[in-house]
Amino acid sequence: MNILQVYLTLAAVLFSLGIFAVITRRNAIAVLMGIELILNAANLNFIAFARFGGMNFSGHIFALFVIVLAAAEAAVALAIIINLYQNFQSINVDEAQQLKQ
Amino acid sequence: MNIFLQYTLLIYFLPLIAFGIQIFVGKRLPRQGDWVSIGAVLATLVLSIALFAGMLLDYNPTFKQNFSFTWLETANFKISMGFLVDNITIIMLLVVAIISSASHIYSLKYMEGDSRYSQYYAYLSLFTFSMNGIVLANSMMLLYMSWELVGLSSYLLIGFWFEKDSASNAGKKAFLTNRVGDIGFFIGIMSLFTAIGSFSYSDIFAGVAAGKITGTLLTLAGIGLFMGAVGKSAQFPLHIWLPDAMEGPTPVSALIHAATMVAAGVFMMVRVFPILSPDVLIIVAYIGGFTAFFAATIAITRTDIKQVLAYSTLSQLGYMIMAIGTGAYTVAFFHLAIHAMFKANLFYGAGSVIHGMHHALHKLGDHKTDAQDMRNMGGLKSKMPVTYWAMVISSLAISGVPLFSGFLSKDAILAGTLALVNRTGSHHLLLFFGFGAALITAFYMFRMIFLTFHNKPNKPKIFEHMKESPTAMLIPLVVLSTLSIFIFYTLPNVNPLSGQGWFTHLVAQHESLVPGNLNPSVYAIEESIHHSHFPAMITSLIVAGLGLLLAWLMYFKKLISAEVWTKRLRPLYTLSFNRYYIDELYDKIIYQPFLKIADWVAYLDWDVYDKYFINGFGRVTEWFAKVVGIADYDGLDQGIVDGFGRSTQRLGNSLKKIQTGKIQNYVLYAAFAIVILLILQML
Amino acid sequence: MTNIVFWFFVIMTITAALMVVLSKNLIYAAIALLVTFLGVAAMYVFLWADFIAGTQVMIYIGGILILLLFGIMLTHKITSVRISHTNVQRGVGALIVAAIFVGLVWMINFTPWLKVTTQEPLQTVHSIGTLLMTDFLLPFEVASVLLLGALIGAAVLARKET
Repeated sequence: MNILQVYLTLAAVLFSLGIFAVITRRNAIAVLMGIELILNAANLNFIAFARFGGMNFSGHIFALFVIVLAAAEAAVALAIIINLYQNFQSINVDEAQQLKQ
Repeated sequence: MNIFLQYTLLIYFLPLIAFGIQIFVGKRLPRQGDWVSIGAVLATLVLSIALFAGMLLDYNPTFKQNFSFTWLETANFKISMGFLVDNITIIMLLVVAIISSASHIYSLKYMEGDSRYSQYYAYLSLFTFSMNGIVLANSMMLLYMSWELVGLSSYLLIGFWFEKDSASNAGKKAFLTNRVGDIGFFIGIMSLFTAIGSFSYSDIFAGVAAGKITGTLLTLAGIGLFMGAVGKSAQFPLHIWLPDAMEGPTPVSALIHAATMVAAGVFMMVRVFPILSPDVLIIVAYIGGFTAFFAATIAITRTDIKQVLAYSTLSQLGYMIMAIGTGAYTVAFFHLAIHAMFKANLFYGAGSVIHGMHHALHKLGDHKTDAQDMRNMGGLKSKMPVTYWAMVISSLAISGVPLFSGFLSKDAILAGTLALVNRTGSHHLLLFFGFGAALITAFYMFRMIFLTFHNKPNKPKIFEHMKESPTAMLIPLVVLSTLSIFIFYTLPNVNPLSGQGWFTHLVAQHESLVPGNLNPSVYAIEESIHHSHFPAMITSLIVAGLGLLLAWLMYFKKLISAEVWTKRLRPLYTLSFNRYYIDELYDKIIYQPFLKIADWVAYLDWDVYDKYFINGFGRVTEWFAKVVGIADYDGLDQGIVDGFGRSTQRLGNSLKKIQTGKIQNYVLYAAFAIVILLILQML
Repeated sequence: MTNIVFWFFVIMTITAALMVVLSKNLIYAAIALLVTFLGVAAMYVFLWADFIAGTQVMIYIGGILILLLFGIMLTHKITSVRISHTNVQRGVGALIVAAIFVGLVWMINFTPWLKVTTQEPLQTVHSIGTLLMTDFLLPFEVASVLLLGALIGAAVLARKET
């Protein structure tokens, strides 16, 4: 299927599910998974636009950078989660609500 | 710099510097700093003598130096100040310097031990400074400023012993009475300024000559200026302050209230003479003549030695003013200078006597007897020979006896009056005033001499303790007595019967500048005086001799009983004794009605205005404030201000719920926002 | 044939993504995430991005997913039966997400997309490598510094405070 809209719709599905995970999941790692979904949706869009925009490789480059950032983000986020676990004995995000003070 | 300017600047400012030093640090200086003031005044004396010597060497009647600088400049007018140095200035400077130095030296002993010794010298310096300002001024502005300054120093010195009620009251009286004259003076100055646009003498003279101010307005301006002179020179009807001013220390009386300050009015009239219109001159002549006679009649019945001298001063000032009125204004200035010498001398003599009396009374422990009352004296000749001779010489001078200075000027004044009568064929009353006053003057002066120095002592106890005053007080007496000899005023002529000499040469009469030749020319005046000279001299000699003889018979030989004549002339005596009830009259027609008006105004102000209007206003305001308070507190504060707070609090409380601290809530809100944005995008 | 394979991968991706979001067991979610990543990689292949597809498989599946599994294991007692099964604000979240999805789909379908027809390139690695070494050299280098920073930062953060 060589129609842009299909890929975009698939990306929209992934994005929406990622957002849903971020909003509803209590577990921090699950939230992180939602974020990975969102990033994948973005990447899919980049590649799709690159494909249908005259095979522009800039989109590929952007996708590469997003993957790199995702890797770095995953590493730092997991470190934070471990730290959080050490402090609260839990990684439920709604229990870490000291911002409310 | 011009040598005259240097000299005058020094003469002008040295006493001011002395005043500054004395008033601020005088008390801490050795001898309370009297040497500062004395040094300053002696320096001015030396400088004045130098100027005077220069003037005699120059011998130029038209000598004139004018130094002027701009003091104030606006778009519309320019006011300049400066010095005018001519022969009149130099002579007057010397007179002031001599009398002032004498007073300073005299006060060394007279004021010794006074609690405010340094202040006294400070005031004397201030006075010298101000008086020199009057003399040196080249404009009405500086003249007026100095005029008020001498008024101030006079006030300070009259009330110097302000612990005495009479002294402080006398000070106030002098100041306030002077104010009345000064108002007129100011009006005069300002009307000249309005018409001519300048304060300086030369501009004013030029303006009058050019006809910028004429007729009634010029006459009014002249009367205004004359009012200033009436106040300062204590002419009738503003003479009342001068006798009271004798409450001040005697050296002050001599310096300020006999020789210099009271002569300022005459001096000013001499300066402005060329612009006085004929109407003004007639008024001036009558006021002066009347004052001369009227004051002399009061002097007869005085028993206080200084009061006699005070009224005699009034009388002599009246002579000068009358001379100005008759047109012989250089003669007035002549008499001013001569009178300054012998009158100051008389006061120093009286001061010497009073000083002796005080000491005697102090030794006796007597504080009730009046040290100034002549009835407590008598026979002092043997105890105070220097004082006696000084006073006799001065009395001879004031009475117009030949060989003495007073004769020259008095004779000239009377000649001027006779000349006026001859010229116009009217105004005979002035002759009566002039010669009558001369007769009475000789009488009361020798009455004073005989009562004080001759016959047996009236109070032998006091007499025993009397002794001659210290040298510091006698030096001025000797110097001034010497200066009462005619020869100093007539050189290079030595004729005792003629006033012709350096003075008449150097002080030349100016033509009147009033347009239309309304005043007689200088030539006409001098010609008529020349013709009147001989008869006037004879008459004045006769009346002076007559007065002297009367006094001699009545108070020395006692051939005529004073008591009997007092009884025979009871009404006249009572009038004279009570000073013609002038003070009482003023009390009745001025003070009492004024007080009544003041009371009435006070009633209006206090009981009506304050009580009803002001307090009423207060009550209305109070009520209004209450209403506003309610509106403010209950309405604004509780409703709007607090309400605003409360609503904010409520809003905050409700908004607080949104801020859960849970990140996922926030993400949800963000997502919701995205939805809203999408919806907006779609619409 | 291509179409059948394509739609298979699409449905696989969506199903796996749904599992990631809804699964009560975190381990299951992680495995479903693996499948999702694979599906996306397949989409890249359909989009002529063979290099990116390979990178996706290597880094996401080989790196990030392993990292996540480690994270799960480090923060949970591995013996516990239920590893995270509670979710929050599901209803309202679903509503809003659905709204966003509808909006996105509406936008996708009603935007007049620019369409350029091109030939499939023979190879992509050469072009990407050239671009990375020319136009995107600076971001490339910065990315390497970022990775280094992330490495050190993760190590520091994860350490127990002593």
